[in-house]
Amino acid sequence: MRTLAAAPSASAQSDAGGHWRESAEAVALPVLALAGALLAFGVFVWLSGRDPVEAWVLLFKGAFGDSFSWQNTLQRAAPLMLTALAVALPAQAGLTVIGGEGALVLGALACAALPMLVPSLAGWPGAALMLLAGALAGAGWVALAGWLRQARGVNETISSLLLGYLAIALFKHVVEGPLRDPASLNKPSTPPVAESLRIGGLPWDGAVTDVHWGLAWGVLLCLVAGVWLTFTASGFALRVVGGNVRAARLVGLPTLGLVLAGCALGGAAAGLAGAIEVLAVHTSANAALIAGLGYTGILVSFVARHNPWAIPPVAILFGGFGAAGSLLQRRLDLPDASVLVLQGFAFVLILAAEAGRGRLFGGSGGGR
Amino acid sequence: MRAFPPNPNRRDWLRTVGATGAGLATAGLPGLVLAQKPMTLGFIYVGPKDDFGYNQAHAEAVAVVKKMAGIKVVEEENVPETNAVQKTMQGMVSQDGATLLFPTSFGYFDPHMLAVAAKNPDVRFAHCGGLWSEGKHPKNTGSFFGYIDEAQYLNGVVAGHMTKSKKLGFIAAKPIPQVLRNINAFTMGARSVDPTITTQVIFTGDWSMPVKEAEATNSLADQGVDVFTMHVDGPKVIVETAAKRGKFVCGYHASQARLAPNAYLTGAEWNWVTAYTQIIEAAKTGKPHPNFVRGGLKDGFVKTSPYGAMVPEGARKAADGVKAAMVAGKFDIFKGELKDNTGKVVIPKGKVCKQTDVELESMNYLIDGVIGKV
Repeated sequence: MRTLAAAPSASAQSDAGGHWRESAEAVALPVLALAGALLAFGVFVWLSGRDPVEAWVLLFKGAFGDSFSWQNTLQRAAPLMLTALAVALPAQAGLTVIGGEGALVLGALACAALPMLVPSLAGWPGAALMLLAGALAGAGWVALAGWLRQARGVNETISSLLLGYLAIALFKHVVEGPLRDPASLNKPSTPPVAESLRIGGLPWDGAVTDVHWGLAWGVLLCLVAGVWLTFTASGFALRVVGGNVRAARLVGLPTLGLVLAGCALGGAAAGLAGAIEVLAVHTSANAALIAGLGYTGILVSFVARHNPWAIPPVAILFGGFGAAGSLLQRRLDLPDASVLVLQGFAFVLILAAEAGRGRLFGGSGGGR
Repeated sequence: MRAFPPNPNRRDWLRTVGATGAGLATAGLPGLVLAQKPMTLGFIYVGPKDDFGYNQAHAEAVAVVKKMAGIKVVEEENVPETNAVQKTMQGMVSQDGATLLFPTSFGYFDPHMLAVAAKNPDVRFAHCGGLWSEGKHPKNTGSFFGYIDEAQYLNGVVAGHMTKSKKLGFIAAKPIPQVLRNINAFTMGARSVDPTITTQVIFTGDWSMPVKEAEATNSLADQGVDVFTMHVDGPKVIVETAAKRGKFVCGYHASQARLAPNAYLTGAEWNWVTAYTQIIEAAKTGKPHPNFVRGGLKDGFVKTSPYGAMVPEGARKAADGVKAAMVAGKFDIFKGELKDNTGKVVIPKGKVCKQTDVELESMNYLIDGVIGKV
């Protein structure tokens, strides 16, 4: 597991040039990989009998071409930042958790259920409590996978995945059963949350955009997570656990507590994403929430190398793929799967580009 | 959102220049070639266009629409029922200039389509699923739907003739009114042939669950079921699995005959082009947007797949007879006295529910003869 702990390893050449090289590489490698992916995608488009240049132009226009495209991209990126944190934070403690989807749907469920239990909720304090309920539900769910691993030796990758399926089954059972709004005949949902509890769009240039406040939450939490991991003792302790559990125990770190904290905070982020989806987009909990945002978060986190500071730009890239795919389909009649082809090229190349670390810009080579 | 005008792209530019050229060239023939801008329509699917099911039924009708004069179509598939579909709708309006949108999945309606419709009062929205209600939803939105339970009844009649074990299987996504209505109609069709026939139903829990659908098919086949039908988004897996087990199958949404020609008896298909045409014509001629569009076999909103070669003359005749009565408006599926499978009377004696009866749209029971629980 390559984590933030990566930085000190280049200390052999810890002169100013080494630092420069490292930062330049951190940007140049993914950019080169992305360029390679676009090139490969162009060949794919050309082979399917369409103009690759037009496809590239549309990709850019669809993702970042104008204000509409930017809003489209950012709106798609917002939940991914939070679901990526659900992978990145446990990863700091050395755990590969892939159950963000389960934490997201349970967060949504807790958020939608709260006003049914406490009908007096209203305004921003009510919304804040609902977000908190969502975060707690997600935190508990992922912490369970962490506890199973620490206390019972259960592989957390498998258990978090299976807990995710359980969460989805539980979600459907509750939404289609006890908490179902009788008025939702053919689309079983919880009752819609009151107008005053909903989350609106971010203001920009004097107008309200389509990008909801979830984006601000995502960016903020990624920044906070990065600061915590880099500049605080507890954040460092978490990374020590991830680097070597035995060493951590030897120096007396509370490994169980740290692992649980990493998992719980990650789960809280995904649960918050679910709650925000309810309050900002769906207005009730229903099966449409199970849209794979938790799974896409896994990819975002891996491409960002589990670095919380890298998550927002990577999530925006993913959001851009989604937004651009929409335009590609409509203009070029390309099947939806073609965007998956581009994403596939991009991931494989970005991950493969890691091999070039330390070799670019005349480095000594094979440093990592 | 309309503040962002669609950027003129190369195609639009070529089209404009081309049209201007054509206009100049034929300037001597006034009114003959008016470079009329085609009307742009947007179609949005929740799954792949070639799913042998719900989405394909729409895509097949869109293929017909594409051939109409003065129409330009933009399409997007695999659009989830999240704010992604709001962006797709707005993109079709702002980037492609669409003036009439067909968001075809049930879950697109609330809150997504309503949200985009409120921002674009000049654009018409035609949703598939029958949710629009007068006074509650804006006039530039509407929904269309079909009484496909009629075709499922006919499926049942054919299945009733073909079954030897007297056990039929129905694999369904969720116990919601639309689905229950199909299960009940199918069972009544079969029991009109032989009242000892039962339908065993399995709910998979969601619209597209290929693994569970295959498991359900195998499990029912093991229990002696010999004719299958379904209500899931893509019936492909069920049709192929049933055929592999040597069982018969009645299709749903679109025709799956191609997947299993030796097992496919008939099927209940949508014929969306009828609804599309009504709505498009109204938009073209500037008439008010048809908000509430419904129809059954009689109106050409649904159709049946051609019979498979193995369906005997007697079965064809019986089904054709009922179909003729339905088309003539002389056949009602749901009429009293009707009991559910717990023995409770759900439609009292003497009462007849017409297809248009809204009471049927909140159906929450399985009738006598169905093995299963809501």
